[in-house]
Parts: sequence; structure tokens; C-alpha cells
Amino acid sequence: MPTADKATKKGPSLSNSSILPPLDPQGKLQLYRQMLLIRRFEEKAAQAFQQAKIKGFCHLYIGQEAVAVGTISTLTAEDAVITAYRDHGHALARGMDANSCMAELFGKITGCSRGKGGSMHFFSAEKHFYGGHGIVGGQSALGIGLAFGQKYLNTGRVTICYLGDGAINQGAFHESLNIAALWKLPIIYVIENNGYAMGTSVSRSSAGDPLVKRADGYDMAGIIADGMDIDDVRAKTAEAVNLARTESLPTLMEIRTYRYRGHSMSDPGNYRTREEIEKYKKFDPILLYRTRLLDDKVTTDNALEAIDKEVTAEAQAAYDFADKSEEPAFETVYEDIFSPEDQIDEIPRRNLPL
Amino acid sequence: MQVITYREALNQALSEEMERDERVFLCGEEVAEYDGAYKVSQGLLKKFGPKRVIDTPISETGFTGLGIGAAMYGLRPVVEFMTWSFSLVCYDQIINNAAQVRYMSGGQFSVPIVFRGSSGGGLQVGATHSHTPENWYANVPALTVITPAFPDDAKGLLKSAIRSNNPVCFIENEKLYGYKDEVPEGEHLIPIGKGKIRRAGNDVTIISNSGSTHRALAAAKLLAEDNIDAEVIDLRTIKPLDFDLIAESVVKTNRVVIVEENKPYAGWGAQVTYEIQKLLFDHLDAPVNRITSLDVPQPYNGKLEQSVLPNEERIIAGVRETLA
Ligand SMILES: Cc1ncc(C[n+]2csc(CCOP(=O)(O)OP(=O)(O)O)c2C)c(N)n1
Ligand SMILES: [Mg+2]
Repeated sequence: MPTADKATKKGPSLSNSSILPPLDPQGKLQLYRQMLLIRRFEEKAAQAFQQAKIKGFCHLYIGQEAVAVGTISTLTAEDAVITAYRDHGHALARGMDANSCMAELFGKITGCSRGKGGSMHFFSAEKHFYGGHGIVGGQSALGIGLAFGQKYLNTGRVTICYLGDGAINQGAFHESLNIAALWKLPIIYVIENNGYAMGTSVSRSSAGDPLVKRADGYDMAGIIADGMDIDDVRAKTAEAVNLARTESLPTLMEIRTYRYRGHSMSDPGNYRTREEIEKYKKFDPILLYRTRLLDDKVTTDNALEAIDKEVTAEAQAAYDFADKSEEPAFETVYEDIFSPEDQIDEIPRRNLPL
Repeated sequence: MQVITYREALNQALSEEMERDERVFLCGEEVAEYDGAYKVSQGLLKKFGPKRVIDTPISETGFTGLGIGAAMYGLRPVVEFMTWSFSLVCYDQIINNAAQVRYMSGGQFSVPIVFRGSSGGGLQVGATHSHTPENWYANVPALTVITPAFPDDAKGLLKSAIRSNNPVCFIENEKLYGYKDEVPEGEHLIPIGKGKIRRAGNDVTIISNSGSTHRALAAAKLLAEDNIDAEVIDLRTIKPLDFDLIAESVVKTNRVVIVEENKPYAGWGAQVTYEIQKLLFDHLDAPVNRITSLDVPQPYNGKLEQSVLPNEERIIAGVRETLA
């Protein structure tokens, strides 16, 4: 079961009291709504995959919703977010429109990447969502670039860069941690430790427990959070964001979570037991938060049911939108390769003879 | 006109562009306090300070990715590789990130970045340090590949590359850093994607780039003593290719010899050859000849290395064969 007990305390120290202002009921329901929208969206995507409307790879986020929603809820709309290929949840939490996300999965021209990126490569410049990246760990180096840009331009903004527990064994990640610490970049690396990299459990892939210890060698703050508990995720992330925003210092977070579905839609799941999955479902982040909202009398059963109806309808509408949208025309295959020039003459490019 | 080295020409381009645009910064190994492994960035730290001239750890993946992320964020990085041979360590960042992000994002993000550094053989530094990587990068759809041979082009093309809104691989040649020639002072832009005739002639078209242009010119001079009048085209930009310039020349000479330091299999000359036979078949009086490096790893031994490179002797023999 995920725990949030051991936080390493090397590097700059983080205060214990939460610096987040308390959420009003509206804010709490908004978090609940976002998590549930992601779940319903992913269930719809799974269905569409089975109908062969979605092809290729499709990595679902079910079980991890509190991580994306919790962390992103501590950011401003102008902060930067970048992640790996399991990106639907982050995109929705960032406020990207479910229609354009689903349409991207369907490969349609109305998709958030015009049908050119697919499940693993969502992008939105407007929402400061710097992608969906398919090469494990590759985005960690882009993350320091975003944070470097934020600092260079004195924006006061910060970057969250997500990666998986398997991705932390890529060289790109270590090179980036070193540079982030050395150059004091305003970045938070979030390891979403869901226990597995495809079929390889953490204990079979990564030396050193907890994973966040890897921050120590770089004199970087390290924090562990319970990814099944959105309040814990928010409180811990807020500290890291504050450190980045006020002192321009990086933090490594390990957020412990669990994915219920296969690594991708084509995963037979032989590497773990049914019982293990069922055990984790008892700590379901949405269920947990729902219980808390009711216990704390923030809302009523009826109100929560109404939210479920809404987001279920939103996911269905996204499916319908994607299904009805046009395929990209052939000519678009040659579009979006080069940016237009504005400081030099347009570079004479031609299609090569075939 | 000032007569300066290829190295100084590059330095002027960097300096002028950094002065012109605050968003331009230079990062790489030893570019700041050491003044550059090949002294291309000499004096820039003093002039622009450590915010904009930045020594990096020996982490090609880290600082290349950083540059790409910063470019996506609106800066205009110049990332120096001590040599392009070391870019293999971050091939992923260049190919999968710099060159795909715009496409994969449906055109939402631009990557205005220049990757630059030295390259090429002939300095007896062995197989790991002697790569000529223009064909590797030219194979990638969204990359622009520039390989200047002369100081004026080095300056004018680097300035254009920095002003481009697209990722550019700017591949310098280690053997040319000390080469001196006339270079215009101040504003001097050479258009990307345009070749240049460096020697006019009627009998045969020699197409070359970078260090090979100098070998081709030397060979042309010797051939002239034998009344063979070679035209030498310096491509300057490998991708996009200036096919119009090639076509004009081939229609005149009807014979082509390509001189390239790439290894033969899928070196850039293979593409140029394909295009010539496809589009200019009726104008050819002989098969296109290619003088490339030999298909072997680069040896350390000086004599062996010279025989591996496309040397003058092999160029001259190739031209004679084409004219026979
Ligand atoms: C460089 C690279 N190697 C291998 C893969 C194939 N691959 C895709 S996801 C994955 C597992 C990554 O696991 P983790 O980082 O824990 O992320 P999670 O899938 O659990 O979110 C692998 C091996 C890849 N995409 N990129
Ligand atoms: Mg994992």
C-alpha cells in the first residue's frame, strides 16, 4: 500500500505546515470533478480502443488521477507542465478540452495535435502543456529547458515534469537533475511511482528505496507523497512549488500511486495478481476523496451523483465529437514541419523527388 | 574587407547575433571560461556574461534537451557540441525532440535552435572523434543542415541559422578553423539553401561541401594544368539542397563528380546522385561518380587516414574516369 511517511530531508528544507490556502467546497468539488472526468474519459477511451476506433498505443491513467489533478491544482494557469506518454490525465487536469483529446486518440484533424501526435503526444500551447513524450525519460531534459526559459525571462513561473518509476533509470533524468540543482532551476520532478514499468516491478528495476533518495546526490529537496490521497499530493506539491517559485530551487517528488489497467491496452498483465489490483482498489483516490467529502459534510451523495452524470456525459460527448470529426486531408501530411520564417528569407524547401 | 579566420567569422556571427537579440544564448562544454575548446566563443563570456554564455556539465543529453525546451519556451539557444561526434550521445534529443515536436504538436510549438560544433576527419584523432554526420541529420525531415567551407559563408550562414525559426544543424569543420579569407564586416547574411559556384568551368561539375570543397578546388587546379576545366559547386547547405544550381551546371557540363567526406553508404551524395539521374537523365553523358570516404572506420595512422578521406588523387582519378 502506498505510504507517505518517509521524506528525505537532505538539501533545502521544506516546512511542514501546509502553505496552501484551504479550499472552499466549490474548489473541492472541482477536484473531484476533474478526477472523475479523467476516469470516465479513460473508460470511454478503453471502449473506443476495443472498437478499434483508437489504434496504436493507448496508456490509461486510471488509478493515478489524484497525482495529475492534485499537483496541477497547485499551479497557476501560466506554469508549465510536461509529461511522458501516459498523458491523458495531465492534459485534462491542465484544462484541455476533452473533445480535442478524444479526437486526437481517434487521429482526427480536430485533435489537440491535429491527428499527428496520437495518445502519447498531446500538446497545448494555450494551456502551457508541453507534451506528451514517447521516449521514456526524454522529457526530463526538455523540462529543465522550460524552467531555464522561465528563469531567463524572469517570468516567476515554474515547471512540473512528470516521469514514471521506470524512467528514473534513464541517463537523461540524471543529467537533468544535476543541471536543475546546479543552475537552480524552478522545476519539480514528479516520479509517478505506480509500482511498475510495463511488467517490471520497481524492486526489479531500481536500486535504492525510496526512489526519491536520488535527489540527495544532487543536494536537491526530496518529498514523498501518497498518490491515492489528493490532499496529501496537494500539500506536498505546494511546498515544492513554493520553493521553486520563491527561491528558484528544484525538488524531486515521489508520488506513490497504482495503475489498475494494463501498461497499455495490449498488456496481458501476467506479472501481477488480481488480488493485488483488488487490494489497491480499496484505496482508490476517487473513492477516498468522495468518502472524505461526505464525511466532512462538504456535499451530498446526490450532488456527487450529479457530477458523475455530468462527466460521464462529457466523456460520451467527446467520443461522439471524435467519431464525427473528419480525418485529416492528405495535404496536411506536409504541414506543421517547419515554422514560417520572419527574420530571414523563407528557406526554399521542396518535396524530394520520389 | 577584413581578412579573418573561419573561427573568427563564427565568433563575429555569434557576437553580433547575441547583441542583436537578448533571447540568444550560447551553452556547451567549455564555451565560457575556457573560451571554447576550439576558441570559437573566445571573449563572449566577457562581453555577455554568464547568464548568456554558459558552461555546461559534460551532459550532452541534458544540455541539448535544455536548449530544445528553452527554444519551445521562446528563447533562441545556440548549443555547442565540442565536436559533432559527441552529438551521438544526444541523438535522441535532436531527432525525437527538436525535429519532431513541431509536427507532433500539430504546429503549436516552434524550435528555433542552432546546434553547432566541429566535425570531420584528417586530424588523426581516431574513429570516435572523426565523424562527418551531415547525412545522419539530413535524413531527418524537419532538420536543416548547413556545412560552410569558407569564412564568409561561416559568418553569413551562422547569422541566418540563428535567425531561423527552425532547428538547424550547423556543422563546422575542424580543419578549417584557421582558414583565412575575406569576410564582410557587420551585417552579412547568406541565404540558407543556396549553393555557390566556387570555380566556374565547362567540362565537368564537381559537387562538394565543407572540407571537401577545398579538396575539390585543389584537384580542379591540378586538372586545369591538363586542360580539364572543372566547375566546383559548394553546396553550403546540405538540406535543403540547391538543386536548381546543380541542374544549371549539369545541363552545361553533362558530367558529374561528387566529392563528400561521408562514408559511401547513404552519404549525402547518394541522394544528390539519385536526384540527378531521376531529373536530369537525358543530360548525362556518363554515370555520376562519387568520391567518398572509404567504407571503413577512421584509422588513427596519418597515411591510412589520408587514404580513407576523399583526397585529391582520388578526385582527379574520378574526374578522368567520368571524362573518359
Ligand atoms: C527509450 C525507451 N525505451 C523503451 C520504451 C518502451 N516503454 C514504453 S513505456 C515503458 C515503461 C515505462 O515505465 P514507467 O516509467 O514506470 O512509466 P509508466 O508506464 O508506469 O507510467 C517502456 C519500457 C520507450 N518508450 N522508450
Ligand atoms: Mg511505472
